[in-house]
Parts: sequence; C-alpha cells; structure tokens
Amino acid sequence: MAKWSSKAVPEAVIELNQVSKSYGSGAMAVKALSGLNLSVPRGCLYGLLGPNGAGKTTSLRILSTLLEPDSGTVRVGGLDALVQPRQVRELLGYVAQDVAIDKILSGRELLQLQGDLYHLDRTYRDRRITELAAVLGMVDWLDRRCGTYSGGMRRRLDLAAGLLHRPAVLVLDEPTVGLDIESRAAIWRVLAQLRDQGTTVLLSSHYLEEVDALADELAIIDGGKVIAAGSPQVLKAALGGDRVTLRVREFSDEPEALRVQLLLQACAGVRQVVVNRSQGFSLNLVVEHDGVVEQLRQQLKQADLPVFALAQSKPSLDDVYLQATGRTLMDAELAIAGQRDPKAERKQAMR
Amino acid sequence: MTISSATDPATPTLAPAPATPASTPRSAFSDLSQETLALTRRLFLQLARRPSTLVAGVLQPLIWLVLFGALFANAPAGLLPEGMSYGRFLGAGVIVFTAFSGALNAGLPVMFDREFGFLNRLLVAPLRSRSSIVMASVLYITSLSLVQSLAIIATAALLGYGWPGGAGLLLVLVILLLLVFAVTAMSLGLAFALPGHIELIAVIFVANLPLLFASTALAPISFMPTWLGWLAALNPLTFAIEPIRAVYAGHFSLGEVVLVAPYGSLTGAACLGVLAVLALGLFLLIRPLLDRKLT
Repeated sequence: MAKWSSKAVPEAVIELNQVSKSYGSGAMAVKALSGLNLSVPRGCLYGLLGPNGAGKTTSLRILSTLLEPDSGTVRVGGLDALVQPRQVRELLGYVAQDVAIDKILSGRELLQLQGDLYHLDRTYRDRRITELAAVLGMVDWLDRRCGTYSGGMRRRLDLAAGLLHRPAVLVLDEPTVGLDIESRAAIWRVLAQLRDQGTTVLLSSHYLEEVDALADELAIIDGGKVIAAGSPQVLKAALGGDRVTLRVREFSDEPEALRVQLLLQACAGVRQVVVNRSQGFSLNLVVEHDGVVEQLRQQLKQADLPVFALAQSKPSLDDVYLQATGRTLMDAELAIAGQRDPKAERKQAMR
Repeated sequence: MTISSATDPATPTLAPAPATPASTPRSAFSDLSQETLALTRRLFLQLARRPSTLVAGVLQPLIWLVLFGALFANAPAGLLPEGMSYGRFLGAGVIVFTAFSGALNAGLPVMFDREFGFLNRLLVAPLRSRSSIVMASVLYITSLSLVQSLAIIATAALLGYGWPGGAGLLLVLVILLLLVFAVTAMSLGLAFALPGHIELIAVIFVANLPLLFASTALAPISFMPTWLGWLAALNPLTFAIEPIRAVYAGHFSLGEVVLVAPYGSLTGAACLGVLAVLALGLFLLIRPLLDRKLT
C-alpha cells in the first residue's frame, strides 16, 4: 500500500489552492479553471458535482499529475504534486472518465500490466487481482479479451486497476456514466467499503443522486471554481423551506403561468417563484413551512384556478446549485451541450 | 440518503489494507526492468493475437524478392558489380528494406496509445522512468524487425541468392540493428509530433517506397542518372545495403571500400559509422520532444 509522507498526516489529504488552467492561447483560449480551491479531508468520500464543462475533469487531471496548472498549488498527502509527481502517483489511484483499455489483452493481463507499472510483487499482484475480481464480480469474464466487454465491465475493470496498489487516495472521474444498474450498484458498494476502510475517495459526477447518496462532503463546481462546499445535508438544510412544483393545468400557456406567478409571489411565506418553461410552464417555488401550501390552495381557489398537480419536497442538491447559480443543473447541461467540441477535447486529453 | 457498505454475507468484500505495507525496498534498476518488460510483453501479446503485421512484414519483401528477382533474372552481363546474379544483388536490398519497413512502423502503437488514452494510463503510474515506454517500443520493434529480416535471409538462401555464413550473419544483424535504431527513433519522434495516426500513416506511405527506390536496393549507383545517384549515395538505406552486399559477396572488411559514391568512396567502417551517428543523432534529436510529451 502507498505510504503517506513521513511528516504529520495533514487533515486535508487533497488541497488545491487558487488553481487556474486555460486551454489554447490568445483569443482562442478557453478558461477551464479560475482560481479553484478544494480541500478534501482524509478518509472522506468527497463528491465533485457540476455540469459538463464546469472544470471537474481538468481538476482531476491536474490532481493526477496528467496536467500542469497555469498557476496555483496542488498537494496530495502533504506532497507537492508539481514538485514530487512520482510520489504523488504512488499515493493515487486514478480512474479516468474515458476508459482506456487494450482490447487485445484480457482483463487479467491488463491488471497484471498495471501491477507491474506500480512495481508490485508478482505474488501479491496476482493475489490482489483475485481479490478484486471477486469483489467487483469479474471472475467469470476476467480472462476474456477486453474488446468483448460491455461498458459496465470496462468500468469495473478500470476501477480494479485503480485499486490494485491499494492507493491511499482514489480519484474517479464520472465512474458510473452510462452504466447499467448492476454495475453502478457494484461500484457504489465498493466505494462505500473503501471509505469505511479509511481510503479517501474523490468522485466527480454530474449525477445529483449519486453524489447525494455517496458523498460525505461535496463541492459544487461551476465555471472553473467552487461555488458551494460542505456536507449534502448541511448545504440542503442551509437553503431552508420546502420546494413545491405546481401545475394549475396539464398544459398551461405562458400568460396563465405568469398570472399564477404574480399571484403566488404576493403570498406570505412564498419565495423564489420561477416559471419552468422546459416543464410545460409549471411553477417552482419555495415555501417556508407546510402551512403555506394550504394557504396557496385557498388563494388559487379564490382566483378560480384549478390545481392539476402539486408536489412538495425537501431541498435537493439541484436546489443548492440553483441557489448558487440561478439555473438548474439540467439547464446548465443543456446550455453547454451545444458549445462543446469533442474533437478539441480529445486533443486536450492527448499527450 | 447515504449508501452503506454493509453487504450480504455472501458478497465478497475488500480486505482491509494491511497495517504495514507488503512492499519491500527495491532498486531503481529492478523497477525499471519490471515496467519495461511489462510494456514490452504487452506489445508481444498484441502481436501474437494479431499476427497480420508480422506476416505482412515478411510477405511484402518476399514478394519483392521473388518478383524482382524473376523480372531482372536476365539482366545484361556487366550491369551488376563482380558479375553477380540479380537475385544475389537484390537480396541485400530486400533484407534492409524489411528491417526499415518494420522500424518505420514503430511509432504506430505509441500513436494509438496517445489517441485512445492508454498512454495516460501509463503516465499516471509511478514509473521509475518514463523512458521505459520508449525502451519497450525499441525492444519490441527491434526484435520484430530482426525476426522478419532473418526470415527473408533464410528465404533468400533457399532461393539460391546466397548465405552470409555464421560470422557474416552476425555482421548483417549488427548493421540492421543500427538502421533499425535510427528509423525507430525517427518513427517514435513522428508519433509524438504528429496529431494523429492518419498523418503518421501518410508519412510512412510517402517515405517507404521512395526511400527504397532512391537507394541501391534495386540497382547500383552506376546504373542511375547522376541526380538519383547522389540521392542514393546520401540515403541511409544505402549505408546498410552496401556493407551487407559486401558480406554476401564474402569480402567485407572494415577497411575495404564498399560504397563508390559520387562524392567519394566509403569503407565498411565509414558506412557503419554513418549509421551509428545517425541512430545516436536521431535519438538526441527527438529527446526534447519525448521529454516534453512524457513529463
């Protein structure tokens, strides 16, 4: 297993301070990180949440020593990643977003290669492969060529590769994107086990429910910087109130939705009334307590407006994101989707 | 909601990390050997499971040998030095071409690793030295090129185009080794300099046949127009072909003239020196590029 620095073990295992990174130069430069600060406590399962293009992958690539930042400091386990990259690599297990496997090799051969690159003793390496194959449900297919694997199998193999040398810090970039339920559950279970055994896990995701379910703490990243950080419970509780989604009819039109918005905004105990155009002109609002909902119903009745659907829920991480950025995570994803250039991104990832 | 790690008792769980690490102190050489051999083994496993590269690498020069040997079997007497048969003359050229073609492809696996992200997997590992990635490629392509060349040497002997003898064979392999090192360095440099495999394959296509035709592989310099004779006399392939031809003719020695070029005569030692300087020079030339891409 990788060892910590001989110095006193710091409370924060991962520390990124004022990290900035741009791709390209001049007018074509794209700023990926703008003074990002991140502090991950030891033994924590830490989520990095944000829409595509927010800077998550760039942060993790800098952390894993694949990229150098333009400015800022990066420390892992007390070591400066820019000064002692090899020692940092020994501490880290990195599971990349795009699974890079050799289709000609079998899964076992790929893991053996990985073990040799981490200079593991052969006997220990093979024993560890057997252990991981059992834990990640790979026994039946590990000796088949990687080219025959499904996406879920590849992800599990890649996770096994990241865990082979028992890293003190495991970094995963969107490890469950596009996975079947069985594979996702297997990965979630292993991540929880690792956290319980003291491994620090940093997980990036744009799945709200994944971060909410797994993370002890999280940072929400947008536009290349952290816009909120803390435990999911604390962040959600800090918002206060309940979230209500209201539809007066199955298919409302905009004038009616705006009329209802004006009506609701005038109600005591109601705030942040937003017309959700992408959801058929439904209305999203925050109510300060349960009693407000009943008052709302009365107001609508007096205004001769029906209630087709009304859903009340506690704040979610999406609400945390909405509060911090003024848009939902889904809207942010949609806004960025048309602007991304997969070819340019592939080039950025190439050495 | 928080996911629990508690599982069904039948579900295997990760064993906790041992209190003391299992690893023992290792030397840098031991680490370097382990990573280099592992990377080389991967390339050979790929070759064993997709042997078409190996087969094509032997078949193509073999076809050259048979077809060109037959085409010019009745070449006028006096065309070739020392009245040798065309088949025997061609043998040295085809052997060098085999090694050259194999080495020219050295950059392709590296390029594919760059494109598909596998190189990043290697670069996040705590390699003792990232030169192990280059060393593995050199080891692999050198072995492959020499095996292919040996197959051609054996076939040429069976076709009656001569056999260099035991010591001669060793000399031929040394000459090929120098050429393979030089061309491998160039190909690896291109693999890191060019943006993708399409561009690399284009360069390989463009370089391959013109370099063969602008050398003494198929015809002696005396048979060429002056401008082509100059090109052939400067072509690195010629510096490998002529000493090998001398070995096959049974009169190679370091001090003996093996290449009569427009700019003067070169001995066997001079040809080997040119190849050695070329190999070293190319590795030194690509080193800054490799340092930039691999650090």
